[in-house]
Amino acid sequence: MAEHIIELVDVSKSFDDTLVIDHMSFYVNKGEFITFLGPSGCGKTTTLRMIAGFDLPTSGKILLGGKDISMLPPNKRPVNTVFQRYALFPHLNVFENIAFGLRCKKVINTYENDRGERYTKKEKLSKKEIAEKVKKALALVDLEGFEKRSISTLSGGQQQRVAIARAIVNEPEILLLDEPLGALDLKMRKEMQLELKEMHKRLGITFIYVTHDQEEALTMSDTIVVMADGVVQQIGTPKDVYNEPANTFVADFIGESNIFNGTSAGDRKVRFCGKIFDCVDDFERNEPVDVVVRPEDIRMCAPEIGMLRGKVLSVVFKGIHYEITAQVGRYELIIQSTESRDVGDEIGMNIFPDAIHLMKKKYTKNVYDGVITKRNTVEFADGEFECDVTQLYPGSHIDEEDYLVTAEGERLDLTGVAVTVEVGFDDIAISDEEGAGGAMGHIISIIYKGDHYRIIVRTEENEEDFVFATADLWNENDYVSVIIPKDKIKLTLKHAEDRK
Amino acid sequence: MIKKCLKSFYIGLVLILLYAPILLLAVYSFNEVNTIGTWGSFSLVHYQKLFGDPVILEMIGNTVVLAIVAATLSTLLGTAGAIGIYYSRKTVKTLLGGASQIPVVNAEIVTALALAIAFVTVGLDKSYFTLVVGHMVICTPFVYLSVVPKLKQMDGSLYEAALDLGASPSKALFKVVLPQLIPGIISGFMLAVTLSLDDYIVTSYCKPSGFNTISTYVYNATLKGNAHTAETLSSFWALTTIIFVLIVAVVLVMNLTKKPDGRKRNET
Repeated sequence: MAEHIIELVDVSKSFDDTLVIDHMSFYVNKGEFITFLGPSGCGKTTTLRMIAGFDLPTSGKILLGGKDISMLPPNKRPVNTVFQRYALFPHLNVFENIAFGLRCKKVINTYENDRGERYTKKEKLSKKEIAEKVKKALALVDLEGFEKRSISTLSGGQQQRVAIARAIVNEPEILLLDEPLGALDLKMRKEMQLELKEMHKRLGITFIYVTHDQEEALTMSDTIVVMADGVVQQIGTPKDVYNEPANTFVADFIGESNIFNGTSAGDRKVRFCGKIFDCVDDFERNEPVDVVVRPEDIRMCAPEIGMLRGKVLSVVFKGIHYEITAQVGRYELIIQSTESRDVGDEIGMNIFPDAIHLMKKKYTKNVYDGVITKRNTVEFADGEFECDVTQLYPGSHIDEEDYLVTAEGERLDLTGVAVTVEVGFDDIAISDEEGAGGAMGHIISIIYKGDHYRIIVRTEENEEDFVFATADLWNENDYVSVIIPKDKIKLTLKHAEDRK
Repeated sequence: MIKKCLKSFYIGLVLILLYAPILLLAVYSFNEVNTIGTWGSFSLVHYQKLFGDPVILEMIGNTVVLAIVAATLSTLLGTAGAIGIYYSRKTVKTLLGGASQIPVVNAEIVTALALAIAFVTVGLDKSYFTLVVGHMVICTPFVYLSVVPKLKQMDGSLYEAALDLGASPSKALFKVVLPQLIPGIISGFMLAVTLSLDDYIVTSYCKPSGFNTISTYVYNATLKGNAHTAETLSSFWALTTIIFVLIVAVVLVMNLTKKPDGRKRNET
């Protein structure tokens, strides 16, 4: 087993009252190239900054080689960072920038005095040593002879290289890279990706890389940590993460994918798109699952012999392949193929068992803690909804003074009664109109599932989520009202003693 | 064509209104006679008087030394304050940032009176010390104002980068953060010097008796209106002219040296 160089133990971090990292635990093996991947705001940069020491965890521990470094200031940690915008010192030239870390460093040298006794001295590096190290570092990033250049005369790519040289010249145990290629153009970025990978091999130190670019992560990493919402979604090799995503978020975020709602038909069979397919994952019979099929894994064939039969809706030329959208019943499938088809063509499609990946459903229903109000409505998820309170007591009705009268004729005031609220995925609608529904929130996720979108709306105050299916396409970050019909809100009493 | 003429006429008019009084003074500083309006003949007699009078020379010396002492201390205080406030938490930042600007917007006479009363209350006699403190009160906010924009322009991760490379917080401050602020610190210092040089109100409230700067001296001289002061007053025409020429020279030099720098920035 490889040595864990960095280990996060139950680390949380909040800024003011916002929880950015939510009880995160994982480890980094010594010498590996690990990438934190996720959309902006997922907590990846904060995690990196906690490892570097710029931010301190609110709770939990960060271990470096088994030692707790959670509270150690950044200048005492054997890690170096390549910053997003390089953060080169503009008043120093290239040589001085790279030498900065070396000049701060003190090394322990051993000497022998006249009587043959050995003693140690903490000393700064000599001028000659510094010059040599800087020269070596510059050679490593292919910038020989740039010592005297001023930072402002360098191109973006060259500044990037100086930033890397400035970090690795200190021979850190871990190199942290915070989206270092974000500011470069595509071609330069691809070159630097390979160069960084090469550098990692040559130096043999641990690289921790942060990016929101999934392709970059797949190209460079030994291990990918997919993050969203301050929570680790999946940790694995690029192959694992691509071929066997842990949930719909990972499947949607990494690469192109067709995601469907399916049902396990037992015995390594799954039903989706109205057909039963053989697959390699085993789930309990009738268990609802999410099905992922990568577009390049759908093979087109003659209409008569395919497992699925459909009609071509659109064809887009993408350079290396064509992206074909096909309609199968009410489902849409995306296919990537080197062969083209014409719009309107009938095609057959085959999906082989190892191309089908099943995932346990993360969301199966919306459940909230609610409280009944004076007006016999229910408050939950930062909102107030009309509901039918008589469902709490079978056979009851509401009298003219808004009291609930049970079947036995008892009059009850339900104000303040705690209930569990359940809402189905198909029973929620949203609207642009403010106040149209019982609660307001931002759309935080949209995933296309072949014939509908699965949308998650999150309220602002308590960050409660509404998960639902809709045929309409919305935009992420839209601020919307959540509408739930009165009869679709299912209430159950929370405590038996409330039944008095 | 007419539009063009009007344009240059307008600019000319503004410039004349701005500079005619000073130029008039400059011309008369070379006049042999003491009264404005009658031209005797060209002479350097006022300049002779100016550099021959030990009282005037001492007063000029007082003014310059005071300006440099007050400006240096204000620069130290203002820069430290700007850095401190910039890196504070948000509430502290807005509170202190706002408070530091009160002397800027406050009427100077109010500041001066308040200072005088404060000195009396704590039992401090008016001395050179109180004078320097008074000047620092006026100058420091301006230093703060000229340093803060540089802090805002600076890439926030520079300080972190320095820490990351093993520098202690103080080393990161002096080796990385301060060098980015130098243009702001210099202009803050210059501003403080000019503010202190021509300050009258705070000076007159805080200075020990018998101590004079140019402004208090000139003010008192014009106030009394006796024959002797009329005599000395004319030597101030010479002084004003020298100061004006000096300032024009400084501004020219600063603009000329700045230019190549600005061009370089455009190229990259």
